[in-house]
Amino acid sequence: MLDESEYDLAVVRRFAVMTVVWGIVGMGVGLLIAAQLAWPALNFDLPWLSYGRLRPLHTNAVIFAFGGCALMASAFYVVQKTGQTRLISKGLAEFVFWGWQLVILSAAITLPLGITSSKEYAELEWPIDILIAVVWVSFGVVFFGTIAKRRVQHIYVANWFFGALIIGVAVLHIFNSLAVPVSAFKSYSIYPGSVDAMVQWWYGHNAVGFFLTAGFLGIMYYFVPKQADRPIYSYRLSIVHFWALIAIYVWAGPHHLHYTSLPDWAQGLGMVMSLVLLAPSWGGMINGIMTLSGAWDKLRTDPIIKFLIVSLSFYGMSTFEGPMMSIKTINALSHNTDWTIGHVHSGALGWVAMISIGAMYHLLPIMFGRKAGDMYSVKLINVHFWLSTIGTVIYIASMWVNGLLQGLMWRAVSIDGTLTYSFAETVEASYPGYYARFIGGAIFFSGMLIMAYNTVMTAKGKTRVEDESPATPLVSRPGETPAVETAS
Amino acid sequence: MSGGWHWFVIIGTVGSLIGCLWLLFSNRSTSGDKTTGHVWDGIEELDNPLPMWWVWMFVGTVVFAVGYLIWYPGLGNFAGISGWTSTSQFEEAAEAHEERFAPLYRELAALSPPELAANRQAQQVGRRLFINHCTACHGVGGGGGYGFPNLTDDEWLWGSDFAAIKQTILGGRSGIMAPWGAALGEDGVQQTAQYVRKVAGLEHDADLAEAGGKHYATFCVACHQADHTGNPLLGAPNLANDSWLYGSSLEEISFTIRHGRNNNMPAHADVLSEEKAHILAGYVSSLSRKGE
Repeated sequence: MLDESEYDLAVVRRFAVMTVVWGIVGMGVGLLIAAQLAWPALNFDLPWLSYGRLRPLHTNAVIFAFGGCALMASAFYVVQKTGQTRLISKGLAEFVFWGWQLVILSAAITLPLGITSSKEYAELEWPIDILIAVVWVSFGVVFFGTIAKRRVQHIYVANWFFGALIIGVAVLHIFNSLAVPVSAFKSYSIYPGSVDAMVQWWYGHNAVGFFLTAGFLGIMYYFVPKQADRPIYSYRLSIVHFWALIAIYVWAGPHHLHYTSLPDWAQGLGMVMSLVLLAPSWGGMINGIMTLSGAWDKLRTDPIIKFLIVSLSFYGMSTFEGPMMSIKTINALSHNTDWTIGHVHSGALGWVAMISIGAMYHLLPIMFGRKAGDMYSVKLINVHFWLSTIGTVIYIASMWVNGLLQGLMWRAVSIDGTLTYSFAETVEASYPGYYARFIGGAIFFSGMLIMAYNTVMTAKGKTRVEDESPATPLVSRPGETPAVETAS
Repeated sequence: MSGGWHWFVIIGTVGSLIGCLWLLFSNRSTSGDKTTGHVWDGIEELDNPLPMWWVWMFVGTVVFAVGYLIWYPGLGNFAGISGWTSTSQFEEAAEAHEERFAPLYRELAALSPPELAANRQAQQVGRRLFINHCTACHGVGGGGGYGFPNLTDDEWLWGSDFAAIKQTILGGRSGIMAPWGAALGEDGVQQTAQYVRKVAGLEHDADLAEAGGKHYATFCVACHQADHTGNPLLGAPNLANDSWLYGSSLEEISFTIRHGRNNNMPAHADVLSEEKAHILAGYVSSLSRKGE
């Protein structure tokens, strides 16, 4: 067994710290655009601050900057620990870190300037797309090279998922981004019309499948058994649900294009494959929750376990909701409404963010030479847990209400067959949901600020003396945090 | 879809489903509640069996998928035995809608314009048609906006009688003010604009307006008429009142003269039936007469 100091942890530490930083930036931008929907004057009539430009910045920042850094930190850490070996190339791993930060920085500059390919979750223009491809392939070289020189016989299940993430996203990104450049900052997709839409949502849905599901299941499969100190519940379940998940996910994209000019066969196929996806998705939840099942007593004392168990619950909920929403008759009601936004955030806040936060609370202390999970303040982790949970619930509940309201108002028909409501009336009716969503988002965001404070104090090597008293003092906002302060 | 893709879809789909079933049934038996013997960084794995409720849920979705793909389109060019298409679904829904509501429209469309104005139900139906089709440009109350005519005043670009309004709805209108900047020069534009403000009774420069009157007699009179009241046959606005599509400021008027305007009311004959247009015209007529 390698000694802890022999692993390449510097790159893991950088990615882990940037997970917190980009989490605050990405969610901060999200909070701003949520406020803009409730109070449109917050666009300030500036094109760079307009909702249309900041929305892709928000999605890119939380998925690829916050989520990407969490994934890369975990993958580089887990592949070393479970393979009992160092990374194959420290230099290439450093390149992956700095290259990925450059991608994020480029996104943060070009998107507010209105430079966009207009493909959802793939908005970045072709020069940045090439950089992403190079960095991502380097990520794969480091990861698979390290797998190849591992010193244990079998490859741990978490690494299968990280491997699927790397291969899947490489294929998706490269094929969806194929374009003809017309200038340094403008290109046109090589695919025509509805084929372009099909390829885009093959990419878009599998970004959910391979990035936001497979990748974070990789995190789950390492950090859940580690933090709970329990064996994985079922090896066979992990085999079956892994292969079923990656085989079925690639067919599910067309459910984003129900009742469009996409051919009927593609829509039908996308719908049934989305339904078949329910069981493979739940396999991961079952394995995670059953792994925790011998450690329920730890829920009382370990807020990191709380993050992990609640994230698995949200994962199970949103992977049930997804197949239901892909059913055409339900989709006819839910599509284009805020229900979709609620569904996405039950996955993004409840699953992706909370499993990442739990994993980072386990990992960050190790990065600063402490024991796993030994943060400056456990109580602040607990406060963060409750802020995250309450924030997520308020967020998704408000969007469910808005989604049903919009879907039902849009289809309401009067006795003469005309639509009962004008579009503007449905927007007006959505305002309470917009306010509630902003409040939920603000609560979730405030938890990230507490995490930043806790991280800084942990890095400084401090430990807070905490007695059994349940009272938790309010925490002042840390000056060190490069937080994006949004609308008050 | 060419034959190659047709088979690619079928083989990929059916292969994935069969592969899932094979995975499930080849992993049924286990060694019981023991570990697999692998250890990674202290993590062990139990060899628990697959939860049976989960297995049957999985099998259930696969069975549903097979049934769906036999009944509906999905497997490439195979259309499904039900014969369903999204086009046929739409056509059936549209037909059922038409059948259900046609009697109401037929009844109301038989009313004459004065009867429409007096019929409460015709007014309500007309208002809902207006909300569905007209508010995006003309506003919920019909008050219009910059570039979009106000329907509640008593000024009509294309005529105020019922037949003209109905024709506007069905056939649309194209209101073209030609650009005169090149012909008049900038001085000429300013002079003409002052003249237009003069005939509207607005504050103006008398000297410039006098010069502008000569330009008016040459360039504008053909459409806007010698008495400045316009021509509803061309949609040329009356300049001698206080109704302004683009505002009455000197900047707006000189812009209009310099660059012209190109207004378009889209035709709704393909969207609305003749009956609906009839009822809608009755409602629009009543908007204007509210002031009387």
